[in-house]
Amino acid sequence: MNINGISKKYGDLVVLDNLSLKVKSGEVVVIVGPSGCGKSTLLRCINALEIIDDGEVALDGKAINPHDKKLSKVREKIGMVFQSYELFPHKTILQNLVLAPVRVKKMNRKEAEKEALHLLERVGLLSKKDNYPRQLSGGQKQRVAIVRALMMNPEILLMDEITAALDPEMVREVLEVVLDLAKEGRTMIIVTHELQFAKAAADRMVFIDGGRIIEEGEPKEFFENPKTERLKKFLHSFTYE
Amino acid sequence: MNVDVLISYFPRYAEAFLLTLRIGWLGILLSAAIGIVSAFTMYFKLPVLSRIAGAYVEIFRNTPLLVQLFFVYFGMPKLGFAISAETCGIVGIGLLGGSYMSEALRSSLNAVPASQAESAEALGMTHFQAFWLVIFPEALVLSVPAVVANVIFLLKETSVFSAISLMDLMFTAKDLIGLYYDTTEALFMLVVFYIIMLVPVSAAGSVLERKARHKMFGE
Repeated sequence: MNINGISKKYGDLVVLDNLSLKVKSGEVVVIVGPSGCGKSTLLRCINALEIIDDGEVALDGKAINPHDKKLSKVREKIGMVFQSYELFPHKTILQNLVLAPVRVKKMNRKEAEKEALHLLERVGLLSKKDNYPRQLSGGQKQRVAIVRALMMNPEILLMDEITAALDPEMVREVLEVVLDLAKEGRTMIIVTHELQFAKAAADRMVFIDGGRIIEEGEPKEFFENPKTERLKKFLHSFTYE
Repeated sequence: MNVDVLISYFPRYAEAFLLTLRIGWLGILLSAAIGIVSAFTMYFKLPVLSRIAGAYVEIFRNTPLLVQLFFVYFGMPKLGFAISAETCGIVGIGLLGGSYMSEALRSSLNAVPASQAESAEALGMTHFQAFWLVIFPEALVLSVPAVVANVIFLLKETSVFSAISLMDLMFTAKDLIGLYYDTTEALFMLVVFYIIMLVPVSAAGSVLERKARHKMFGE
């Protein structure tokens, strides 16, 4: 995944300013930054939910063109998990999971269900397979949403503040699933406010402010020895003394 | 009230009942088809067509069925299209109902959050798949209460059919009153048959609404 000098404006407001980021296969990049700094917009630009004004996003060396008829083919390879889960309320958990594999990837339904049940078991939600999304807690819904993205076997997973809407005890159950995926070698770009989690999961930390990357580096250096004033200030805002 | 009179009226009412039911439901099917097409054109903001659909909805929601029926029944032959009273009734209910169905469905489509389409497309679905597999089914579930209300409303609206000499329930009642002056019996049977026609619809509608609500909101 290669993000090359992308810019995004809403009217006069510059949200992303000539931002570049390379993500290697198997790497977990965690993005942090103050509200409105462009982190979520960055993720949305990657799979063309937002159209960039300038620059290029490329996957496997191929540029993602939002106007391409085959955009949906590229999106198959980019999994995305949203803050508000976005499960399909009219379908059961199992139906939620097999819908895209069967309809988009033309996977055999039996096979898709087998895979779905296997993954549900892994996140401890096998017993919920016939429930509807509204019958699940937020943490459970988010775990299902992660599984739904995994069902497409994407090359890269984008996670957009996936714990921001959850109670603290549910945050943990979701983040454990993500940590598991990180250990498994999944390529991920994670936007989060959970710094402890970021420390545990990240191969590389990225701090964004004002639509630009201000600082990036190994998690240890990043948290213990921030070089820029802005990052120091940002990290400091999470501590109370 | 004379029971013998009621019994003697029964066959005529039963016949009228079946006619009303047939025309009413065929009209409702037509209204659903028109409503879906109209709502889609407006939802997708198709150029020109969405304007036509918008104008159609405004015209047919804001004129009485009786006026619409007169227009179709007496107007069409002048334009060279001979049309039977029965067809006219079906078309009338279809056009009136279409405008109501269109609004019910359009508002339900708009009630499905855009983020649902985004999450569908993020899974690799095309625009069309996201609409067909996610947005439209969700909107259908949301539209159940409004659609059930429309169906009941349209079945009752059939009572103006007598104006174009269709022998529906209302026509039969008026006719019998004119012939025999047994006003009480004739009106009583009229009420009974409307209740027979509508209570099952209303009951089935409640079940459907409860199921839909349960599915989406778990209440």
